[in-house]
Amino acid sequence: MSILVNKNTKVICQGITGEQGTFHTKQMVEYGTKMVAGVTPGKGGTNVDGIPVFDTVDDAVKKTGANASVIYVPAAFAGDAIMEAVDAGVELIVCITEGIPVLDMVKVKRFMSGKKSRLIGPNCPGVITPEECKIGIMPGHIHKAGKIGVVSRSGTLTYEAVDQLTRMGLGQSTCVGIGGDPVNGTNFVDVLEMFAKDKGTDAVVMIGEIGGTAEEEAAEFVKKRMKKPVMGYIAGVTAPKGKRMGHAGAIISGGKGTAAEKMEAMERAGIKVCKSPADIGKTMVEALR
Amino acid sequence: MNIHEYQAKELLSKYGVAVPKGRVAFTPDEAEEIAKGLLGSNSVCVVKAQIHAGGRGKAGGVKSAKSHQEARQYAEGMLGKKLITHQTGPEGKEVKKVLIEEGCQIARELYLGIVVDRAAQRVVVMASSEGGIEIEEVAAKSPEKILKEYVDPAVGLIPFQARKLAFGLGIDKALVNKTVKFMNGLYKAFVDSDASMTEINPLVITKGGDILALDAKMGFDDNGLFRHKEVHDMRDLDEEDLKEIEASRHSLNYVALNGNIGCMVNGAGLAMATMDIIKLYGGMPANFLDVGGGANKEQVTAAFKILMSDEKVKAVLINIFGGIMRCDIIAEGVIAAVKEVGIKVPLVVRLQGTNVELGRKILSESGLNIITAEKMDEAGEKVVKAAN
Repeated sequence: MSILVNKNTKVICQGITGEQGTFHTKQMVEYGTKMVAGVTPGKGGTNVDGIPVFDTVDDAVKKTGANASVIYVPAAFAGDAIMEAVDAGVELIVCITEGIPVLDMVKVKRFMSGKKSRLIGPNCPGVITPEECKIGIMPGHIHKAGKIGVVSRSGTLTYEAVDQLTRMGLGQSTCVGIGGDPVNGTNFVDVLEMFAKDKGTDAVVMIGEIGGTAEEEAAEFVKKRMKKPVMGYIAGVTAPKGKRMGHAGAIISGGKGTAAEKMEAMERAGIKVCKSPADIGKTMVEALR
Repeated sequence: MNIHEYQAKELLSKYGVAVPKGRVAFTPDEAEEIAKGLLGSNSVCVVKAQIHAGGRGKAGGVKSAKSHQEARQYAEGMLGKKLITHQTGPEGKEVKKVLIEEGCQIARELYLGIVVDRAAQRVVVMASSEGGIEIEEVAAKSPEKILKEYVDPAVGLIPFQARKLAFGLGIDKALVNKTVKFMNGLYKAFVDSDASMTEINPLVITKGGDILALDAKMGFDDNGLFRHKEVHDMRDLDEEDLKEIEASRHSLNYVALNGNIGCMVNGAGLAMATMDIIKLYGGMPANFLDVGGGANKEQVTAAFKILMSDEKVKAVLINIFGGIMRCDIIAEGVIAAVKEVGIKVPLVVRLQGTNVELGRKILSESGLNIITAEKMDEAGEKVVKAAN
């Protein structure tokens, strides 16, 4: 009925004693997420709003049986935190942290090869299966349970899209923010593959932006393997070349990674692309007809 | 962040990367002094304008001098003048320093570059026999001429990988070891300083059998700068837009553009989407500005000041999707900013998300002349109309 997370997901928070970690853990608990533990090295034995804190991820997982982790650790230490969760065998790791050096992520990805963990992010809003489990920083109340899968490189633009869907009466199976960094854990293709297999997902909204070739690879996948309707939007038509647009990965370099190229590739693959970010909900309704 | 050629060469030479002898000069006097020193053992020295843009040679920013008087003349001709290359745009860039270097006898020009390959998620070392030409051009016309070695971060660049590149370039057997040492130094400098791009174009083989970085370009990952003070200190504010510098002081992401509609948005994706919708309604954005997911009153005020300092701006669009940050708090921040900074152009505010009704109510009861919009397309339409 969903992908990645559901009502049975048991989550720990790495960096739970930090300002962000404490705040968002509370929000996640309020949404109904099963937050079973927190991890802050040196603060083991304490608790945050009744949630036990451990010194290591390994301890937290062994004592609570957690299978997912959300990371709010500062950028300088976030790579370390991801690898600790991988080593402890956490199945799903969601890293919210923005600003991790790209070469740290290159090392993290090398460390993860051959391991069973899946990383979402970094620099992302997280993952939510509406009315079941929210792991991240998105406002829960704009979501509604349903059958549309959402995958996006953005944060607030995803909220905009979800809000439009909900207002049109289209609920979501799962919404996945894959993050705005150039080297990340999970890409469009990975998520599309999961949505393709998920019985609870009827159609997919895909929101990309300038930089890299992840959208082109996704288009290729949709063309060959996706039978469910997909609609897309790409941000950054007006972005100049060679300038980083907020996200570390949102840059047109060497003339490659423009919005026009991406939209063309997606349209060729049969994805219904809308030109205006105000038309995401409307276009999804049309794609479902 | 980018640095100048002379700074890149200083950094690289610490890693054993061979570069021509030379020094940077800020005045014609200094240029003459350095040239005197170099011309003792050499018949030619080169005067190179130092700006953050390529295409300097064709634009007259690189000159060979046979005497120190001539070097001085060239330095005088460049310093304080605007250099216009195909990368600077028509406004050009003022030259504030020149690099004076020994000349060399070139036998071959090659290309060597290192970047992070996003698809492979690894560092890749690229080499090409087509030196002196922009690599994008080579990639478009004859991609088979670009040799690539992907580096495993756990082991680093292995000597055999560097040898493969060297032999692939057809480098003389006697010079292969020198080339391997050069590449090794280049890779080490890249990973040690969190670089995002290093380009040696051209890499030259001299008639005397030396391997030299004739030009050097380096860019760095902004996210890695916190652990490299020596790199951070090389930042040259003269090369940056004043509004962009001010924005970075307040942790705002700002990029100056050419249009006349200022925008302020939370989140990079939504900020780009907002620019795009302005264009869809026939307007052009004056900037990209992301105030971040958790923007506070101080940041909104700072952002507002930056927008108002841009004389091109004829109307402003604020587009905020309140997530964790509530719309009523944002509305209060906007009102405080308008009251503090003042506004001479029409302001369109579009709020959506958490506590949106309360946010809109606060705006409408503020007594300020604010045009409100509910939807993004409505906001785009209204701001374009207001700007014309």
